[in-house]
Amino acid sequence: MKSLRKLDLKVIVISLIIFAILQGLLSSDTLDAFWELNMIVICINIILSVSLNLINGYTGQFSLGHAGFMAIGAYTGAVLTVNFHMPFLISLIASFITAAIIGGLIGLPTMRLSGDYLAIATLGLGEIIRIVIMNVNYVGGAAGFMGIPRYTTFAWAFFVMLFVVFFIKNYVNSSFGRACIAIRENEIAAETMGINTTVYKVLAFTIGAGFAGVAGCLFAHVICIAHPSSFTFLASFNYLIMIVLGGLGSITGSIAGAFVLTSLSALLSAWPELRMSIYAVILILLMFYRPQGLFGNIELTSLPIFKRFKGGK
Amino acid sequence: MSIMDQFFQQLINGISLGSIYALIALGYTMVYGIMKLINFAHGDIYMVGAYIGFFCITIMHWSVLPALLVSMVLTGILGVLIERLAYRPLRSAPRLSVLITAIGVSFFLEYTMMYFVTPQPRTFPKVLSDAAYHIGPFVVNNQQIMIFAITIILMALLTYIVQYTKVGKAMRAVSFDTETAQLMGINANRIISFTFGIGSALAAAAGVLVGIYYNSIDPLMGIMPGLKAFVAAVLGGIGILPGAAAGGIILGIVEALVSGFISSTFRDAAAFAILILVLLFKPSGLLGKNTNEKV
Repeated sequence: MKSLRKLDLKVIVISLIIFAILQGLLSSDTLDAFWELNMIVICINIILSVSLNLINGYTGQFSLGHAGFMAIGAYTGAVLTVNFHMPFLISLIASFITAAIIGGLIGLPTMRLSGDYLAIATLGLGEIIRIVIMNVNYVGGAAGFMGIPRYTTFAWAFFVMLFVVFFIKNYVNSSFGRACIAIRENEIAAETMGINTTVYKVLAFTIGAGFAGVAGCLFAHVICIAHPSSFTFLASFNYLIMIVLGGLGSITGSIAGAFVLTSLSALLSAWPELRMSIYAVILILLMFYRPQGLFGNIELTSLPIFKRFKGGK
Repeated sequence: MSIMDQFFQQLINGISLGSIYALIALGYTMVYGIMKLINFAHGDIYMVGAYIGFFCITIMHWSVLPALLVSMVLTGILGVLIERLAYRPLRSAPRLSVLITAIGVSFFLEYTMMYFVTPQPRTFPKVLSDAAYHIGPFVVNNQQIMIFAITIILMALLTYIVQYTKVGKAMRAVSFDTETAQLMGINANRIISFTFGIGSALAAAAGVLVGIYYNSIDPLMGIMPGLKAFVAAVLGGIGILPGAAAGGIILGIVEALVSGFISSTFRDAAAFAILILVLLFKPSGLLGKNTNEKV
């Protein structure tokens, strides 16, 4: 346990160094606004993919409604900062709480379903959330919520991302996470061993939804508009592709998947159709040749090389 | 227009919309019944069918029926190819891999199509006059009659194939128990290909009919109907053909009533709400029987 904390500390130090370098490059205008936006989007996508991985990768519950919770967070945050002039941190916390509560309420009945049915039901619920928001005039209806201040800076996105990654990492390494993994491996066996599967499934779903809400809040405050069309199930598919590419059940994998695909889509942004076709082919080939994703369920920090490299005496 | 007239009107609209859902749902439920795969690409196969029909009518200047037939045949072949290239290599893979591949195939069809035909919607040519007929309280137009007629013919044909032909018997056997069917000398791969072919052809027919009915097609038109066909299949009891037809028509009617009496923006939400209610209260569907999970 002690060595684990030591390792954590090292990862944090390395992250801070990376952050300092990037922030330095941003402050000195070596990297322009386009780069800054993409770096923020990468951080937001890492939050989304890591939180989705908690539900899909670790607990084995196939959810396709992540964009719906992102929408809840985006709108909650926007309403608080614009209509109630709350500080950004309060908005972030409130978007976590709102998305988590709604996620929990939705999770309670739907977590009785499994496999394909759960996938379609969560997809449907995500769409229902979006359609309901679209019909609320208070938040701008179909035209979207405009005039959101641009509070999300690279620093905000990076530190929230760091917090979420460490939260989820510690969660899956705790007894809660062990229970989640047991459920993923065999739900009936886990139930027989005395694990209350409903509690753990709903809890994972709630936490995942909450962090999706935080990501949504960050997202709304960087593009300055919350529009229902940003949160369709295509967005949910996008995050699914990230975690499948990186590896279901690997936090390193989620980070890598979010990083690779966000960069790819930024590079190919001039040819949107081509981008999605390439996505699709990657996904299909991946399922043929490496269905466990780039990292499988391995973490970079658990590799012996990494341990010697940083954990050495 | 009185509320009652409006009700009957929405009922007719709902039944024509529902017939289209039913056609897509039949293919969905057959594929699910035989492979236990949610074929996310099914809605996109329907989109491809609509485009083939569109090009037959606008470029080749054919009339509706030959366009429909050509579209069904070509799309049927496309369905077989997709099964061959994307799903067959994963026959023994975990369900999740196949599901993700299906999402991949769906994206691939959508965006490759978009690359070639541009994302802009196309106006489907008017192939039928707008004549409307008053039958008692109902007002029916030409397009709706055509949709009913073609749907009923195709459903009858499908019922005949599944119930009375040898290949239909083999399909039922494979769907009941693939391994035992293979032991009995049935070539399961060929039967699965055949099922994909028929399902895709039905979806193509639905695509052309939608083009005629709504006068507009676009490369992403398949997403929602594809998901709704799944809802229809679940509503009727997945894997059960009459269930899919009934589910499709019920879904169409509910949607038409919701968009007529509440708000058209809520019609998609209504479909998903039905799905969740069915899954929670009668997961086996209206015509399904409960099965217990073996441990």
